[in-house]
Amino acid sequence: MFPELNNLLNTTPDRAEQGVNLTMARERGQLVFLEGLKSAVDIFFQAQEKPHPLQFLREANAGNLKPLFEFVREALKPVDSGEAGWTYPVLLVDDLSVLLSLGLGAVAVLDFIHYCRATVCWELKGNVVVLVHDSGDVEDEENDILLNGLSHQSHLILRAEGLATGFCRDVHGQLRILWRRPSQSTSQRDQSLTYQYKIQDRSVSFFAKGMSPAVL
Amino acid sequence: MLDSLLALGGLVLLRDSVEWEGRSLLKALVKKSALCGEQVHILGCEVSEEEFREGFDSDINNRLVYHDFFRDPLNWSKTGEALPGGPLGALRAMCNRTDLGPVTIALDSLSWLLLHLPCTTLCQTLHTVSHQDSCPPGDGSPVGKVHVLGLLHEELHGPGPMGALSSLAQTEVTLGGIMGQASARILCRRPRQRPTDQTQWFSILPDFSLDLQEGPSIESQPHSDPHIPPVDPTAHLTFNLHLSKKEREARDNLTLPFQFSSEKQEALLRPRPSQATSHIFYEPDAYDDLDQEDPDDDLDI
Repeated sequence: MFPELNNLLNTTPDRAEQGVNLTMARERGQLVFLEGLKSAVDIFFQAQEKPHPLQFLREANAGNLKPLFEFVREALKPVDSGEAGWTYPVLLVDDLSVLLSLGLGAVAVLDFIHYCRATVCWELKGNVVVLVHDSGDVEDEENDILLNGLSHQSHLILRAEGLATGFCRDVHGQLRILWRRPSQSTSQRDQSLTYQYKIQDRSVSFFAKGMSPAVL
Repeated sequence: MLDSLLALGGLVLLRDSVEWEGRSLLKALVKKSALCGEQVHILGCEVSEEEFREGFDSDINNRLVYHDFFRDPLNWSKTGEALPGGPLGALRAMCNRTDLGPVTIALDSLSWLLLHLPCTTLCQTLHTVSHQDSCPPGDGSPVGKVHVLGLLHEELHGPGPMGALSSLAQTEVTLGGIMGQASARILCRRPRQRPTDQTQWFSILPDFSLDLQEGPSIESQPHSDPHIPPVDPTAHLTFNLHLSKKEREARDNLTLPFQFSSEKQEALLRPRPSQATSHIFYEPDAYDDLDQEDPDDDLDI
């Protein structure tokens, strides 16, 4: 789906995907979606018999995300019907900065991601993709601890930022790719790359800095 | 200097950052210890055992004792698999070891411990662990050196805890680099000696051996191809930028109007014969009051 990004990351997907029907995926259990906003409303207005994934919203002190992790682990359990379970799961979290705003500490969020990594990446050989916002110029200690702690736990960091010179119609931003997997044979020089990008209808096009087709 | 870090005992802090990760250096030092015949204990909180052991060959791996706190550090699974007492318990257990040979304890990572434990507790435990060799048991048997290697992620902690850990450490290695070349700034505090501060360029080979280097070479910087002759910018212009020899001489002989040369100085100092004094011609009006008295007479000069 993103051929240029695949090239930049030196990955080739097994099959070229033509497109994914999310509704169908949800029906057959391939996609499990936790809608945070809706769930948060449920927890306040409906009685819960078992711990709710967002149980921390109800707690007075800064809690932990153990119920949310247990929800994730349950969702990844193979189905009992006997058919082959889905392999190589992917956990997408959008986004972690919201959890900080809801009163959790940065360490609690980091612990949640740690447990997700242990289950999804190590146990089930899958991947975890997490979105977190950089507070930028605003001094936000908790967000900085979260961002840096996550960076240290990550094997690949994609950092999207606006252009230093401001808005541009043809170049929407800059993407910095940082690999943190030293055990691979990538040389030190390839550790970090910066590209500029333009978001289109269904894809994103990447180009080297200053090499946008619009300005050449 | 980097390869002799383990010669001293005590706590070695490996300070890394997101850009320059320190786990490779930690693994390289662990490998060195193992090759020296020391027993190596790893308190693994951040990566799985498989990931940590990746890249080591079997004889190194046989010497590593991995305490796994990655799978369930906070005992969320309640299966009873988690090691009792957590990472702090394991660290304290190393204070009371019965085997007295030299040992290396690698903390992966000290940041994880600092985020989850009170700073004072951690510092006290670290102090006890790293100073075991200075307090020999009563029977007088020699105790082998204890090396504690702590991986610390700089950006995660404030100046207070960082300062506390710095003061406990005998050696601090701060990782950095330029243009893909890694460097380690080594600050070493030895008792009764001046602290030393050195920077060592290095790289870690795929088998986690240390390769010490000279520094980023000049050739790796981008430079113009020497086979292309430099272009003369004054070659094809519509106006003349060159001077002939005569023009150059005339230009050099010209004195600038505001340049204070010795001739000018002479001319100013020597009074001109045509003008002995200067005259002022004044025609008084009918209303002018000419006072012949000197207004400055009353001044006592």
